[in-house]
Amino acid sequence: MSTLRSLTLTLLAGEIGARPWRALIGVLAIAIGVAMGYAVQLINHAALTEFSRTAGSLMGNADLEIRGPRGGFDETLYPRLARLPEVAAASPVVEVEAWLPAQRQTLKLLGVDVFRAAQVTPGLVGRPAQPDGGRLNLLAPDALFLSPATLAALGLQAGSTLTVQLGLKTVRLRVAGALPALGEGLRLGVMDIGAAQWQLDRLGLLQRIDLRLAPGVDVDAFARTLHDILPAGVVAATPRDTLQGTSSLSRAYRVNLNVLALVALFTGAFLVFSTQALSVLRRRSQLALLRALGMTRRELLRLLLTEGATLGFFGALLGLGLGLMLAAAALRYAGGDLGGGYFDGVRPSLHPEPLATLLFLALGILAATLGSLLPAWEAAHARPAQALKAGDEEVALRRLHIPWSGLATIAAALLLTQAGPVGELPVFGYLAIALLLVGAIIAMPQLAQAVFGRLPLARRLPVQLAFAQLVGAPGRAAIGLAGILASFSLMASMVIMVASFRQSVDDWLGAILPAPLYLRATPGGEAGYFTDAAQQRIVATPGVNRAEFLRTGQLLLDARRPPVALLARQVDPRHPGRRLPLVGLPLVPGPEESAPIWVSEAMVDLYGFRSGRLVALPIAGRSVTFLVAGVWRDYARQYGAVVMQLNDYRRLTHDRRVSDAALWLTPGATPALVAQRLRRQLAGGEQVQYLLPGEIHAVSMSIFDRSFAITYLLEVVAVLVGVIGIAASFSAQALARTREFGVLRHLGVTRRQISAMLALEGGLLALLGVTAGLLLGWAIALILIHVVNPQSFHWSMDLMMPWRSLALLAIALVAAAALTALFSGRRAMSGSAVRAVKEDW
Amino acid sequence: MDAHASDAASPVLSLSAVSKAYHNGRARIVLRNVDLALQAGEYVAIMGESGVGKSTLLNLIAGLDHPDGGRIAFEGQDVSAMDDDDATLLRRRAMGFVFQAFHVLPHLSVAQNVALPLRLNDVAHGAADLRVAAMLAEVGLAGRGDERPGVLSGGELQRVAIARALVHRPRLLLADEPTGNLDPDTAAHVLQLLRERIRASGAAAILVTHSARAAATTDRILRLTPDGLVPDAPPTQIGP
Repeated sequence: MSTLRSLTLTLLAGEIGARPWRALIGVLAIAIGVAMGYAVQLINHAALTEFSRTAGSLMGNADLEIRGPRGGFDETLYPRLARLPEVAAASPVVEVEAWLPAQRQTLKLLGVDVFRAAQVTPGLVGRPAQPDGGRLNLLAPDALFLSPATLAALGLQAGSTLTVQLGLKTVRLRVAGALPALGEGLRLGVMDIGAAQWQLDRLGLLQRIDLRLAPGVDVDAFARTLHDILPAGVVAATPRDTLQGTSSLSRAYRVNLNVLALVALFTGAFLVFSTQALSVLRRRSQLALLRALGMTRRELLRLLLTEGATLGFFGALLGLGLGLMLAAAALRYAGGDLGGGYFDGVRPSLHPEPLATLLFLALGILAATLGSLLPAWEAAHARPAQALKAGDEEVALRRLHIPWSGLATIAAALLLTQAGPVGELPVFGYLAIALLLVGAIIAMPQLAQAVFGRLPLARRLPVQLAFAQLVGAPGRAAIGLAGILASFSLMASMVIMVASFRQSVDDWLGAILPAPLYLRATPGGEAGYFTDAAQQRIVATPGVNRAEFLRTGQLLLDARRPPVALLARQVDPRHPGRRLPLVGLPLVPGPEESAPIWVSEAMVDLYGFRSGRLVALPIAGRSVTFLVAGVWRDYARQYGAVVMQLNDYRRLTHDRRVSDAALWLTPGATPALVAQRLRRQLAGGEQVQYLLPGEIHAVSMSIFDRSFAITYLLEVVAVLVGVIGIAASFSAQALARTREFGVLRHLGVTRRQISAMLALEGGLLALLGVTAGLLLGWAIALILIHVVNPQSFHWSMDLMMPWRSLALLAIALVAAAALTALFSGRRAMSGSAVRAVKEDW
Repeated sequence: MDAHASDAASPVLSLSAVSKAYHNGRARIVLRNVDLALQAGEYVAIMGESGVGKSTLLNLIAGLDHPDGGRIAFEGQDVSAMDDDDATLLRRRAMGFVFQAFHVLPHLSVAQNVALPLRLNDVAHGAADLRVAAMLAEVGLAGRGDERPGVLSGGELQRVAIARALVHRPRLLLADEPTGNLDPDTAAHVLQLLRERIRASGAAAILVTHSARAAATTDRILRLTPDGLVPDAPPTQIGP
């Protein structure tokens, strides 16, 4: 090791040894940021790996997956494809998400032809429980083979019976064996395809055909040629497309969580900045001495950056350990989607990746090094002769101010808000928020000078001293101020955004749930439905004044995207706003025009379905042209939803079954009474789910709160780091002013007066920081609401200011800042006043 | 003007027509036409009123600041034309500093403080330890290398600073009011030590001071005036 490097280490060890608490706070701040980021990455990676593995085991050796909507496509497509010379083997699949009434959960059931599946997707061929004679079970009409995860989760074994709901009836299936090749993570059941079509009411229909292609066939080129053969709404997807679709399911949510975790790291870096800035300030003459003794600028810069990087290294190391523990706990208690609802049925396990681990280690070091950069640069460029004298600190802080750069950064942020998404992610939106924050922080010294410069002359000594400090040392004030600004603005922006979102969801639920009673054929899955007869029975039930029915389905418009929801319901084309929460004015189609559809905001962003456009949708295997007659707000389906009139759907598909009903009651009839009658009179009425709008409302809001739980947690952590930063900054400032306190004490100022002065300084700083933070938080919230959310999740919301929460937070922060300043000052005054004024440094 | 009659040997430090002004709203001329020639092993005191620019002159010689006019040559190299890195490296190798305020790093031990210039000059640990021990013995602090600065008196701290200034055998020592923070007795001891050590090391040295007693320990005394450096009264020996 070179002696210069060993000198760096000696100086570093000396500084850390002299102020271990300052180092520890820096290490902790970085550790928390890295821990949050690493935990989110680990959880996302675990969930996606498990999901990809699952998708991989489902696709087996297939080169292409021919996929149709949930309602299925005509099975005659199968022999046509199987006969193509490019196809080496084809395996038809029936797929149903079935409701298990006894277990109150859904289970994906597949019907496969075992002989075909053995060639393409061998993992889907069951292993009978009884080896001799049991093979016939593979073809038995009631035989069901369950994955190990399903057997474990449902507590079933070979020979057990499993009841599934179909329409309003139930079907009993026998557990005949397992699917050992599917591993521990996937919940799935497989039965013979003929039995599935018959038992699960899918006669003549398939949902999927898995193809293994002949050697040498170009998969992508062949997929393109299939486009002409496949009926509308049926797509050819490569395993890559399937993985991309899987990944895109939760991409925006994952990216948002990562960004929130990075916010924690950013506040950590900011804390390192403020503590380093104050520490460098305190050691200003020591550093100048090193320069006078012959340390070059570059060597001093390296010394101080090494100091920051060392904090970052140990912080990141601690953060990686904490992140691993956090991720393990979160996977255990919240699941792989952290409450987002994206990975149901998947049980992931943690697999730390060396590359990601190194990346977060590097991020922690980088954040701390960047936090040290500006103070280190200033110290290295300070004039040693001047810096050796006491009282030079404010000169140093003035050098950190870059006039107009704050406003220029804010202007750049505002420009970036106008840019569109990159790869469907609000990259520029996030950049705009970061720039806005940085710009505001840079502008703080000017703000401090402008505001504190106008403070009136005070008569009482503590007030006079506090005002003089704020006016005379705006640079010091700005460091504390910036910490308050960063943490409060981030806190305020999240509070405003979440309150706006919550209120918008609340209003939306009120708009989409106008009826007093709702019926759903099945609480989960897709195999439950009301037949035509059941619908008539519902309408005729005493107490029911009017019923509106809803048929849900899926449209596959792009193999690389999740399917779009199709909602066929009764909508008055002249007044669609009575049933749909429209955004903008609707078009009223003329009698000669194409049938109308109303699309969710996501359809506009993802597929360009703007109001007034004619678009083709695959309905019942045909491409049908519709007029986009309006756009509505949908918080339930992030990947797009299309509403069409029930009559149009029935006319095009000849399918009269529905999945949901909204009931308006006659005067005097109560929802409970009508539900009781339906339960009794409707065949299979006990399978039906009866829902009151209030219940749906409450459940939806609790899902909302659950999905935001991790967001709140990350935000609380970021704010906590910010508050620690404020405390660290005040404490470092108080320490640096020990000599000043000593002089004041010599002059006869009492400890009480100095305490009052510090509390007033802290309070005034916090008040200005909170006011500026509120303004900045509001601006960040506007970007979150109008840029980040629409570009990430494709939905809009209305701004709502939660004044009460904001006021409470502001009061708490101002009080915390004043108290922190007070306690830090008391600690700094705890030593002897005589020693304080004699201190060499 | 040359304040010293020229010797046959070339001076280790020479200043010719050095001037410096500070611009703070309006220009304030601090140094004007300063000339100086300092021979190897020569010990010179520079006296003058407060604010006349004594410390500024030391900073210019050390390359910590740049003159507005004139030339400063150290061993033939033009210090005033050097960039910051070159001036720093020159200072590191060839100069030593003693300050009024000691400037001993509080979180390093006495030995670590003294070793700083050696570490900066890449002297190997073993050799550095031996030189530090010897230097501490020379300044009367033998065996106290492991102590922290916090337990030392003002006089002891200045001894540490002198040891640090001379440990790397500089050719020029710059001392800026080294006894300004010390009581008269301690100051006298420190000045005697400083003179002895400078003599022993063979370095040239400049002592900036207000004190005539301090100045009297040097070989010759110059007075800094608004018009430059002028010879002062001849030094008289002080002390025992």
